[in-house]
Amino acid sequence: MSNKLKILVPVKRVIDFAIKPRINKAGTGVDTKGVKFSMNPFCDIALEESLRLKEANKGLVEKIHAVSIGPTKAQDILRTALAKGADSTTLVDVGDEEVEPLAVAKLLQKVVEKEQSNLVILGKQAIDDDSNQTGQILAGLLNWPQATFASKVEVEGDNVKVTREVDGGSDTLSAKLPMIITTDLRLNEPRYASLPNIMKAKKKPLEKLKASDLGIELSKRLKTLKLEEPASREAGIKVDSVDELVAKLKEAKAI
Amino acid sequence: MFVPRRLVRAATLSLRRAHTSAPALNSVNAEDIAHFSKFLTPTSIISTLSPQPSPSSELAPFNNDWMNKYHGQSTTVIRPRSTQEVSEVVKRCNERGIGIVPQGGNTGLVGGGVPIKDELVLSLGNMNKVRSFDPVSGILVADAGCVLESLSEYLAPHNHIMPLDLGAKGSCQIGGNVSTNAGGLRLLRYGSLHGSVLGLEVVLPDGTVLDQLSTLRKDNTGYDLKQLFIGAEGTLGIVTGVSILTAPAPQSVNNVVLALPKFDNVLPLFTKAKRQLSEILSAFEFFDRTAYDLAVKHGQGRALNEDETEGAECFVLLETSGGNKDHDDEKLNGLLENLMESDEPLINTGVISQTPAQFSSLWAIREGITEAVSKEGKAYKYDISIPLAEFKHVVDTTREHLRSKGLMRDDAVKHVIGYGHVGDGNLHLNIVATNYTPEIEAALEPFVYELVAKYKGSVSAEHGVGVMKTHALHYSKSDTSIEWMKRIKQIFDPKGIMNPGKVLP
Repeated sequence: MSNKLKILVPVKRVIDFAIKPRINKAGTGVDTKGVKFSMNPFCDIALEESLRLKEANKGLVEKIHAVSIGPTKAQDILRTALAKGADSTTLVDVGDEEVEPLAVAKLLQKVVEKEQSNLVILGKQAIDDDSNQTGQILAGLLNWPQATFASKVEVEGDNVKVTREVDGGSDTLSAKLPMIITTDLRLNEPRYASLPNIMKAKKKPLEKLKASDLGIELSKRLKTLKLEEPASREAGIKVDSVDELVAKLKEAKAI
Repeated sequence: MFVPRRLVRAATLSLRRAHTSAPALNSVNAEDIAHFSKFLTPTSIISTLSPQPSPSSELAPFNNDWMNKYHGQSTTVIRPRSTQEVSEVVKRCNERGIGIVPQGGNTGLVGGGVPIKDELVLSLGNMNKVRSFDPVSGILVADAGCVLESLSEYLAPHNHIMPLDLGAKGSCQIGGNVSTNAGGLRLLRYGSLHGSVLGLEVVLPDGTVLDQLSTLRKDNTGYDLKQLFIGAEGTLGIVTGVSILTAPAPQSVNNVVLALPKFDNVLPLFTKAKRQLSEILSAFEFFDRTAYDLAVKHGQGRALNEDETEGAECFVLLETSGGNKDHDDEKLNGLLENLMESDEPLINTGVISQTPAQFSSLWAIREGITEAVSKEGKAYKYDISIPLAEFKHVVDTTREHLRSKGLMRDDAVKHVIGYGHVGDGNLHLNIVATNYTPEIEAALEPFVYELVAKYKGSVSAEHGVGVMKTHALHYSKSDTSIEWMKRIKQIFDPKGIMNPGKVLP
């Protein structure tokens, strides 16, 4: 296969990580009204990595295509992706439907085929459902090699060397293209969107599809029974002396 | 103001008398500690004179300022928990003629919050309760020792924000903010504390509690005494409670950092931004290239990419805040497009934050300059008000002056940087040296102050006078002003126990 990389970066629109999510009154999901949404931080890292590959290796990357599966509003984060330097984007508009990782992977498989991508870089997980499955399922569906939790990515010809974070150290894998990489937090620090790119982004193509256009049925396999917050921690007290501390500890049967 | 000469002379004379007759201050002794123990809990007293003496290391954080530039030898730190306790402590000190240094978060930049000799340090940190908040009027009443950031956190669920914000927000306390009349990053939008503080509770130098904790927006009933304590740096009394008007939290905020090819473009940019953004412009901050490089070097916020900073002589951080995201975005985008597409662009390029994390990260570059400077070396900080057009000139002139004295070298002055609040005409001129030396100081002072006086500026825009600038007060205040300030001090504090040696020459 040719050396030129056609990178696909899936990006998800999630409640911004700086915001404390609140469970709705019915206990069926998270309140989204008037809440700030942003690009999933791991997706942002995936996008940054593909941009760095492009900038650091002249002629290596032919195209960076960003795709988002979500509501119409997910366009905002695709605009952000364009403003940071992605070349083109696709929105798979699924309305307010929550899409499970298997369906996401199936949709992505179709987009990979359509875009003829040979490298998919995606976040290891989205911070809303924390599934951490999509990359792995996609690798299975495509039957491509996968390197998860990447903390370093190096491309050498047809070979990609990925350092990944594991318990107690790091693990280095090498695989031939095409492949799947999922990103961990320490891979890089995403850039700001620059003004010239924002101007350019306005002229870049933004393709819109429905799941049915890709021939995928969005049937749910999981049912959310109930969402509830963990019991809140009781406030502590300050003691004035060691004796009081010991007495309190005894009272609490801690000693 | 016309002041009859005779009156001035009379004032001067009586002051001189007052000065010469003022008794020397006494040191804290074991009896005082015994007295304090009667009404304070043991944890409220840190003293080397206690029956179980505290190690001096425990006193060090109160005796030295955070830059480690000013050092006191206080034996005793008192940390009262209530206004009543403050009053009792002050009463004793007044009777015994013991100097008191009120201390908040000890984040001051002019040595106003640390002792000069062995004054008693009265730290307000234990008084940290919110007393009341009215979500309709937005009026907050809080103890003086509340940390600014925790007040912001308290207000967040009520959709309000503090009318001031500054780099030291994690440590500085509202009482200290009021006492130094801190300016900070929101002044452009919400004005100074002289406007937003509605009332104060102050323990006067004889221990009397002056309760002016008003929650009224309007109150024209004679002299507005609280204004005297705003910016008095604890020389007239101890602020123990603050009533302050908070602002509704903006529903939409944006920020951008713009890279400018030359300083000359800052002012046209400011004019343009004000015109196009109008009421949503909430900050317009400037930092020169060296300040930016230092912030990046010391890891303050995520840096811009190199192609974005290439050829930039200085940067502007511009913030908008408003009530409607679509409206704000449209205005901001309009301005940015206009800037990028103009035939003679004022900016090279710029970056725009896309998430709250990036929003903070862009601010971190600007706010982190202070910290970066202290990591880089020892800083001489001049916080001056001068005409906007002279910002760069003052930085360059100072650098050239140091160069002509042969001091611009690695083992003396490493950097001369400028940054600050363009919106408020406030420049922070920082001279970063390897060490504080008399030689550098002599080269800077009175040079810088004379430069400021030449432009009819202020030698202290927002940091206060403290101990650092008492001798320089006359560059910004007339003799008449200083004489009347001394008279006011005399009325409130005839024994001169409140923060001695600060503010007044």
